[in-house]
Amino acid sequence: MAATESTTPAATPPPVSEWSLPGMGLIKGLVVTGANMAQSFYRKDRMTTVQYPEERVAISPNFRNFPFLAYDGEDPATGLRCTACSICEKECPPQCIYIVMDRDENGKALKRPKVFDIDVSVCMNCGICAEVCPFDSIYMDGEYEIATGDRFGSLVFHKERLARSTDYHAKLRPAQAAEVAARRKADAEKKAAAAAAKEAKAKAEKEAKEKAAREAAAAAAAGDAPGTPPP
Amino acid sequence: MIPDSAISFPPSPNANPALDDDQLLHVSLGPQHPSTHGVFRMNVVLDGETVVSLKPVFGYLHRNHEKIAEGSTYLSSMPFTDRLDYICPLTNNWAYAHAVEKLAGIEVPERAEYIRVITAELTRLINHTAFAGFFMGDMGAWGSALMYAFRERELILDLFEDLTGARMMSNFMRFGGCRNDLPDGWADRAKKYLATFPAFLDELEKFLIGNEILLARTQDIGALPAATLVNGGITGPMLRAAGVAYDLRKARPYGIYDRFKFRIPIGEKGDCYDRFMIRFLEMRESLAILNQALDQLPAGEYIHPKAKIRGFKAPAGEAYAAIEGPKGELGFHLISDGTFTPYRYRIRPPSFINLTLLEDMCLGLDLADVVLILGSVDIVLGEVDR
Repeated sequence: MAATESTTPAATPPPVSEWSLPGMGLIKGLVVTGANMAQSFYRKDRMTTVQYPEERVAISPNFRNFPFLAYDGEDPATGLRCTACSICEKECPPQCIYIVMDRDENGKALKRPKVFDIDVSVCMNCGICAEVCPFDSIYMDGEYEIATGDRFGSLVFHKERLARSTDYHAKLRPAQAAEVAARRKADAEKKAAAAAAKEAKAKAEKEAKEKAAREAAAAAAAGDAPGTPPP
Repeated sequence: MIPDSAISFPPSPNANPALDDDQLLHVSLGPQHPSTHGVFRMNVVLDGETVVSLKPVFGYLHRNHEKIAEGSTYLSSMPFTDRLDYICPLTNNWAYAHAVEKLAGIEVPERAEYIRVITAELTRLINHTAFAGFFMGDMGAWGSALMYAFRERELILDLFEDLTGARMMSNFMRFGGCRNDLPDGWADRAKKYLATFPAFLDELEKFLIGNEILLARTQDIGALPAATLVNGGITGPMLRAAGVAYDLRKARPYGIYDRFKFRIPIGEKGDCYDRFMIRFLEMRESLAILNQALDQLPAGEYIHPKAKIRGFKAPAGEAYAAIEGPKGELGFHLISDGTFTPYRYRIRPPSFINLTLLEDMCLGLDLADVVLILGSVDIVLGEVDR
């Protein structure tokens, strides 16, 4: 037993001497139960039961249940952030996400989902889809009163059922939503700045090109001009 | 018509002719919660009340976890590890993340290590309080002890819910840290809660430990020599109850356990009473670790900045890493071929291996003691069957 070498002085159970008076241990235990019963009438921390449908405890801001899809603006049909990249579909541990990319008549990917289904009877609320999404599109919901009698129809959530506005997200998880909004705003500004810079650069290049062309034309015109001394 | 001889099964190679005695009673104990630990069955042969033979039958909760893990990405297996020992998901998460970190050589920031220690020790408190309640249930004292234990467990689960987003299926550890940082004020709330825990432990000890019925039922029941336990690969509180001070937190310190001052409780005889007591003493030591960890908690990253969440790939190789779970040595053995999925994924579940000596502990005792001994092993069938 090599294991015993690396140990510190061990704690051993205290001696139990209640045998001296038979029944004392039992009586002590009963005193504890009695005290607990009495305290359950007046001590707030012992009144642990919440009368659920009438009373509700506030859910934790970190609590996660099933995923939802965030959309910008008013219209869930056009504002979905999802680009149907299928990363969540691949990483989903129980494989409960099913995505089909929307395509136009030429077969070109439109970067939005035609089908986005989550089978919530399979979903295990792990939150990995929300974690891996690079487009800030999928988040975990906190809704829990979603029992249904229709076992097959209403337990597959289609994208219409999954879509939730960003306002909903901001209400559900203010800290996360604020962080995401700030990051997206910064990204958008950066993108806009980059686009503006690109445009300015393109304009400058165009102007430079035009200028060069003008100068070349002018030079050519000057070259053709009469009175120039021959080389 | 099919003749009877054609449908009769050949005799089992394990069949014992001595058990064919007409005076012996064959009892199939289970599979519906023989002692509320899960779906587990025991084929017991009784001579009167005395156990002559006991064969455990398990697999009712088999979910093919190891094979599924070989077909899914490294990260995808993390939420499945929650379901192994569903009383203590955070230690399972840690053991798996530890193995992958060893395989891929990922460093863990200091703050993340502290968060891991805090969650793991809180998990140990949950497991051991729940054990005390279930063990009393096995003895027939169903109710009060378990309800008191679950009341405390509920308060710790509230902390877990705020931290991980789920009460039980936490899916919290990541390769290189944790999924999120401690929420604002969480450490203070944990400290505040832990300040009330010793009073609960005192109450529970007063409630249970001197109880004559408990002493009569548990003392000198189910003890095995320490050498047998070591040879059988038994780990955790069961081994320590027999006097072998083997705890991975001291024997092979992982994470940052070498920074904390704590002791390893050991028992004397290794009977059910010692196994019961050892858990109470361990909870006190866990409290000591928790108070130190919460006091020392440094600021910093909760996950390594270069840790990969999407498209994680481990280099080809092999790694085994184990941690001291509440039930014993919980290890993960991974073989990688350099792709997105492990080539082989194997778990060393403590409660499965601790269960292997069940028959040796039960032979010659009464049927009622069998349930008690099974309870003292502290199994969770999610982990045994995988």
